[in-house]
Amino acid sequence: MNNSLIIGQYVPGTSIVHRLDPRTKITIIFFYVFIVFFANNLPSYGILILFALASTFISRVPIRFIMKGLTPVWFLIIFTFILHLFVTKEGTVIFDFWIFKFYSGGVIQGIAISIRFFLLILVTSLLTLTTTPIEITDAIEDMLRPLNKVKFPVHELALMMSISLRFIPTLMQETDKISRAQASRGVDFRTGPVKERIKAIVPLLVPLFVSAFKRAEELAMAMEARGYQGGHGRSKLRELKIEKIDILVYFVFLAVITVLLLTRTYG
Amino acid sequence: MSTNLIEFKDVSFRYGEDQPWVLKNVSFTIDEDEWVAIIGHNGSGKSTIAKLINGLLFPQEGEILIDGKKVTEDSIWDIRKDVGMVFQNPDNQFVGATVQDDVAFGMENRGISRETMVERIESTLNAVGMKDYLLTEPHRLSGGQKQRVAIASVLAISPKVLILDEATAMLDPNGRKEIMQTVSGLQDRQGLSLITITHDLQEVVQADRVLVMNGGQIWDEAEPRKIFAKKEELREIGLDVPFVAILADALLDAGITIAHEPLNHEELLEDLWTLHSKT
Ligand SMILES: Nc1ncnc2c1ncn2[C@@H]1O[C@H](COP(=O)(O)OP(=O)(O)OP(=O)(O)O)[C@@H](O)[C@H]1O
Ligand SMILES: [Mg+2]
Repeated sequence: MNNSLIIGQYVPGTSIVHRLDPRTKITIIFFYVFIVFFANNLPSYGILILFALASTFISRVPIRFIMKGLTPVWFLIIFTFILHLFVTKEGTVIFDFWIFKFYSGGVIQGIAISIRFFLLILVTSLLTLTTTPIEITDAIEDMLRPLNKVKFPVHELALMMSISLRFIPTLMQETDKISRAQASRGVDFRTGPVKERIKAIVPLLVPLFVSAFKRAEELAMAMEARGYQGGHGRSKLRELKIEKIDILVYFVFLAVITVLLLTRTYG
Repeated sequence: MSTNLIEFKDVSFRYGEDQPWVLKNVSFTIDEDEWVAIIGHNGSGKSTIAKLINGLLFPQEGEILIDGKKVTEDSIWDIRKDVGMVFQNPDNQFVGATVQDDVAFGMENRGISRETMVERIESTLNAVGMKDYLLTEPHRLSGGQKQRVAIASVLAISPKVLILDEATAMLDPNGRKEIMQTVSGLQDRQGLSLITITHDLQEVVQADRVLVMNGGQIWDEAEPRKIFAKKEELREIGLDVPFVAILADALLDAGITIAHEPLNHEELLEDLWTLHSKT
């Protein structure tokens, strides 16, 4: 119970990756995801892999946390690899047995796509591993600010995100309490046929929703009593600041892009 | 300037046209630096009074003045700077992701600068004894600790009045004591009007004055000792009478007269000793 109460996967730390401005991290990941699709030969893949692995290494996030982030996508990576093996018919035949006829092109394509997948997942989980959800919320609020001009409720969105994050552990504790209370009355939603289990969830959900609505109402009242009147004219305690290290990282990343564009094959 | 910080003039309120009156011609005043306790049975209108004071609700009849300003739609943002409120449920008033974020919330709403916020977060958390929890998330705090953070959050905007609406009702006896000590300490040090709303007669002992609500009207208004003396009537309007008061009564029935109505165990004990040494 206590373990699952840690929201997201944030692993506290003081590395450069942890200390970077969340906006820097988000921007870099955004472009990284984009340029991964530009790589098409050994050196261009090499530089991308180097960048991702170096960042991971610098962040000092233990490997097992990274592996945990990758678990749900291993299957996808392997599946795409096998798909390419069967579908691609380029290059020389390297394996031929019964219905299995694999080409060298298929193997190469399969590996390339798997690497892309792997890199995408790696860098995005590095973001959530080194950045608190609240920092991510702040960064999103700041980066979406231009949308205020088209009346998009940026502040409200960010506030909703941060309140949800704040209440997730509370509601989880409450779910736990209700499910124990129901279990003590003989309701069992952990074993038995699926239909029975779904039925058993109803007495869990109803009180949970009732209490969530009550909480929402009281919270709104408390916020109003404390002078909340929307995003206008508000100041912020937590502020984002671009430091020297952020600039440095941007330049390193620009260098990576340059190398990539110079080494990839065109035409 | 009068010293009346809060003034209710013939206030009547109902939640809707077709609903019964919840408050009927309620008038009272509360002075600067005064501690007033409001007690009354469930639904007697206590929370409604609190919400009227900081403009979460508006009366249909009569008027409410806070520090000379009338509570209206236009003045509520000013009035909410002067009136801080702590509610019953510790969880449902904790807005921030961490203790410091929560204390900052009210100040952020008022556009207070970052430097000032940092200073006040430190001083108010210090005042409620929570300074070691700056970065703690709410789910790692006890109910009493959350309520102390809520008090700090309210103090951060330096209000003139602090209202606790059954702020201790969901706490265990320790948490209750924590909060009552925090609050009375604050009142001594900072010069703050205090309104504590409670079910529990035991919690009115420290107040300067007690307002007893019954069915939307003020039933009585006096210092705690005088209220305590009216056990029978209190019981009739649905309030629990504390054990000491019952014991004092029983002593009286048994023909033992003690000097004055005792407020707590210590006083009763003291009285009994005095009596013992006299006889
Ligand atoms: N939002 C509402 N809409 C309609 N009626 C309400 C509302 N809130 C309270 N009431 C009614 O107003 C009356 C007074 O309520 P109030 O909350 O002020 O009582 P209270 O003295 O604080 O009671 P408690 O001790 O239960 O907190 C009650 O009869 C209640 O049913
Ligand atoms: Mg109430």
